[in-house]
Amino acid sequence: MTTPTITNAIFRERAKSRLIDLFIFGATLAIFYLILSIGRTWLGPFTPAAPISRNPSALPAYAAYSLLRIAIAYALSLAFALVYGYVAAYRARAERLMLPLLDVLQSIPVLSFLPGVMLAMVALFPRREIGVEMGAILLIFTGQAWNLAFSFYSSLKGIPRELDEAARINRFSWWQRFTQLELPYSAIGLVWNSMMSVAGGWFFLMACEMFVLGSRDFRLPGLGSYLQTAASAGDTQAILWGLGAMIGVIVMLDQLVWRPLIAWSDKFKFEQVESAVTPRSAALDMLRLSNALAFFQRKAVAPLNERITLFFARRADARSESEPASRWTRWAARALAAIALAGIGYAVVKAILLMAHLSGGEIGELARGAVATFLRVSVALLIGAAWAIPAGVKIGFNPRLARVAQPLAQIAASVPATALFPVVLLVLIQVGGGLGIASVLLLLLGTQWYILFNAIAGAMAIPSDLKEAASVFRFSRADRWRLLILPGIFPHLITGMVTAAGGAWNASIIAEYFHFKGRILSTTGLGATISHATDTGAFDLLLAATVVMAAMVVTINRLVWRRLYRLAETRYKLET
Amino acid sequence: MAPSEPIIEARAVEKFYPQPDGRRIEVIAPTDLAIYPGQIVALLGASGSGKSTLLRMLAGLARPSAGEVLWHNRPLDGQAPDVAIVFQSFALFPWLTVLGNVEAPLKARGESAARRRKRALKILDVVGLDGFETAYPKELSGGMKQRVGFARALVVEPEVLFMDEPFSALDVLTAENLRGELLELWLDRKMPARAIFIVTHNIEEAVLLADRIIVLGRHPAHILTDFQVDLEHPRDRKSGRFVELVDYIYKVLTQPKIEHALPAVGPPHAALAEHHAARYQMLPHARPGGIAGLLELMIDRGGRDDIYHLADELAMEVDDLLPIIEAATLLGFIRLEEGDAEITPEGRAFAAADILTRKLLFKDAALKHVILLRQIERALRAKADRALPDDFFRDILDEHFGEEEAQRQLSTAIHWGRYGEIFDYDAGGGRLFLTEP
Repeated sequence: MTTPTITNAIFRERAKSRLIDLFIFGATLAIFYLILSIGRTWLGPFTPAAPISRNPSALPAYAAYSLLRIAIAYALSLAFALVYGYVAAYRARAERLMLPLLDVLQSIPVLSFLPGVMLAMVALFPRREIGVEMGAILLIFTGQAWNLAFSFYSSLKGIPRELDEAARINRFSWWQRFTQLELPYSAIGLVWNSMMSVAGGWFFLMACEMFVLGSRDFRLPGLGSYLQTAASAGDTQAILWGLGAMIGVIVMLDQLVWRPLIAWSDKFKFEQVESAVTPRSAALDMLRLSNALAFFQRKAVAPLNERITLFFARRADARSESEPASRWTRWAARALAAIALAGIGYAVVKAILLMAHLSGGEIGELARGAVATFLRVSVALLIGAAWAIPAGVKIGFNPRLARVAQPLAQIAASVPATALFPVVLLVLIQVGGGLGIASVLLLLLGTQWYILFNAIAGAMAIPSDLKEAASVFRFSRADRWRLLILPGIFPHLITGMVTAAGGAWNASIIAEYFHFKGRILSTTGLGATISHATDTGAFDLLLAATVVMAAMVVTINRLVWRRLYRLAETRYKLET
Repeated sequence: MAPSEPIIEARAVEKFYPQPDGRRIEVIAPTDLAIYPGQIVALLGASGSGKSTLLRMLAGLARPSAGEVLWHNRPLDGQAPDVAIVFQSFALFPWLTVLGNVEAPLKARGESAARRRKRALKILDVVGLDGFETAYPKELSGGMKQRVGFARALVVEPEVLFMDEPFSALDVLTAENLRGELLELWLDRKMPARAIFIVTHNIEEAVLLADRIIVLGRHPAHILTDFQVDLEHPRDRKSGRFVELVDYIYKVLTQPKIEHALPAVGPPHAALAEHHAARYQMLPHARPGGIAGLLELMIDRGGRDDIYHLADELAMEVDDLLPIIEAATLLGFIRLEEGDAEITPEGRAFAAADILTRKLLFKDAALKHVILLRQIERALRAKADRALPDDFFRDILDEHFGEEEAQRQLSTAIHWGRYGEIFDYDAGGGRLFLTEP
């Protein structure tokens, strides 16, 4: 008989979904408790230099603290990105200013924001822990927000014309347009950039959780400060514990957050035909089985969305569509713009006055540092390319190898290079290399993965008929590289190199200046200057070094990368 | 004219792009156009003739640079007209189900969930999509997708249904089927719309569907002819009158400078466009290989043929065939007479020659007839190093064409120049140069 087996199957399914519901319920409760208890400490009195324990038993709590910081910073980044991208995409006049500004902001290293952000936040909440916490969160924010904003902006700009017209001719309210057109269309880009942003958050965690600012010492409990304390003390065991905890959290995030998100966002792919392979996630399949979530969606989310949509639709219907902005709002916007311009002008004048105090020696140091860091970044890129391109091509051409190598490389890449610094330094100092060489290696640690992944993707994208043509005509090894592989992977390679170069510049502030075993290791470089200036509270030097670095990054982007990008888009595009 | 007052009326609408130097590039010449209730109006023209822009101005999606659009005798700006559009690319939201796509416009109008569901299901039933409510667009075939497009447009019960090349992304059979169903809905009054305005480049499609056909000329867009179709539904593609009308439109499109009379029977209603002053010669975007192919086919068919037959023979859209015919005419390889094309002795020689001779003949013909190629050749010859940057010629073309068209003109000129070995082009450095000293 078949009936009992079917009943059994249904029963088992139901039991499974109950279990999942129970799990979700437990997880929600746990998160609530965590936020509550962390919130209590934050609102508690300010303890300037909290002692950081090196005991592994402190790690779970520290991990939770760091995770919450990154999560809040990410939420802020997302909100910022949506607003910034929206305004830049739809206000032509604002766009002209906001896009270059984004370019500059992206090129400013996180540490350069530190003094301003910290002092402002501590001044806001002088007696509470929350001031420093907010400062740290805002710092992480400065490492996460810009690429998200850019992604949302370019998605909005890329909405196909007829889709936009379909929304306009049907008089979508802004809310409906946002939820049914703009957000879905940009979802995939946002998810991938969110992954990059959060990875950036982990990268700068050490710098954001523990630092000296002039005479003041700031320490926040967290994974970053744990690692830094362990490194300062030279406690190898603690370093390894901390590293393990961080990798564990990152792998968990990958499985429980990013993979389900990627699988879920696949439905927003803008394609007319169903693709053969779709990303899957076990965690997402489990969530989809949950009754509680479905109930929540049906009874709370859907009706709420319905209410909001109808509210905006009816309001838009009531007043006429393209009613010109009222005089008041126009004047208000103008006044705001004027105030903003005046503020920026004032800040620029102040900044110039501040920098005018720099001595000739300091300017010389800046120039030397700029050259040194530039060389270091270039060498790191070259070494990275030298091993990652051949390896990436080899993996990309060999599907069997790719299946093994790609997940391994992904895990290796997800470990923030900053967390590995202490380990690398330990080894290097035993071998006897100085930070001058070590810092190149440290930069390499952070940047090589971008090149590797893009080389793999590029090699995989080369059509097999081209490869076959190369073998039929018996291309020599050199010709194969010159005529087939390098042009074929060029667009991907440029993308990888641009990201790698940006990351390397930003990482130089940590790689060139390091607290280790109770002393400070540093070498000549712009990054070291910035770190040192932050430590000693030399704001004029900090400002000048930041301006120099931002200027260099933006100039190199304009002169080199953008041109190569255009070349990649025109000549080396593999068209079907 | 139609007896009642128009639903939408365009008065001297124009589209132009002002240039930095104060001149303007005109895309649409001042045009009057009205849509009356009870009519299917077809707007015909080659691609790039501005017909889609005209549609968007009538639908309130784009503002005319000058002139005004009236909606029931009231200016359009400020109010949204009661219209819907069926798009060429379907423009469905891939993340919404079929039902979600059809309900979206109702949501925007603030309809309650229950009423939305009811109206959407009803219209899905009308277009034959019941059973597919929960499918996502990517699971559907092209024809089914466009049905969703129809349903989404009709569910709001628009007064005017706009269609922008609704069948051109579909294969021939599906398109034919869908055309028939559209006509059925319209004739049986199952469709809430009071008028349909369809933009197309397919002549037969226009004659098959429309009660009135407006033919658009190019550069800038202007109305070549506007006439009522005096055929009963269902229409027979093989009937004499059908063929006559198709032939007439071909003639209007291929020789816009000559006045053609609408073949008598119905009341002639040809509002002929004023003659346009001679402009800078425009290169049709055809490839030399295509021209040779056309000539070979014509020789096979006795050297003279009806253009309509030719298109039929080649199974080509007028859109694709027109540039080739224009190019062959421009080069002096064929002559056009009364909708017929006749091959010239030069054309005969070109078609019969081998590949190397063809290049020589092409070069002679091109330098004789094509002003732009002659200009390029002379300019290059005048230079000591026999080379000039492409921007030089782009600037010259920019004075006569819009930026995009100027680029297309230059690309075509380069293609022809390379074929005829008149000059060569280095794409990397962006320079044109003479191959022989």
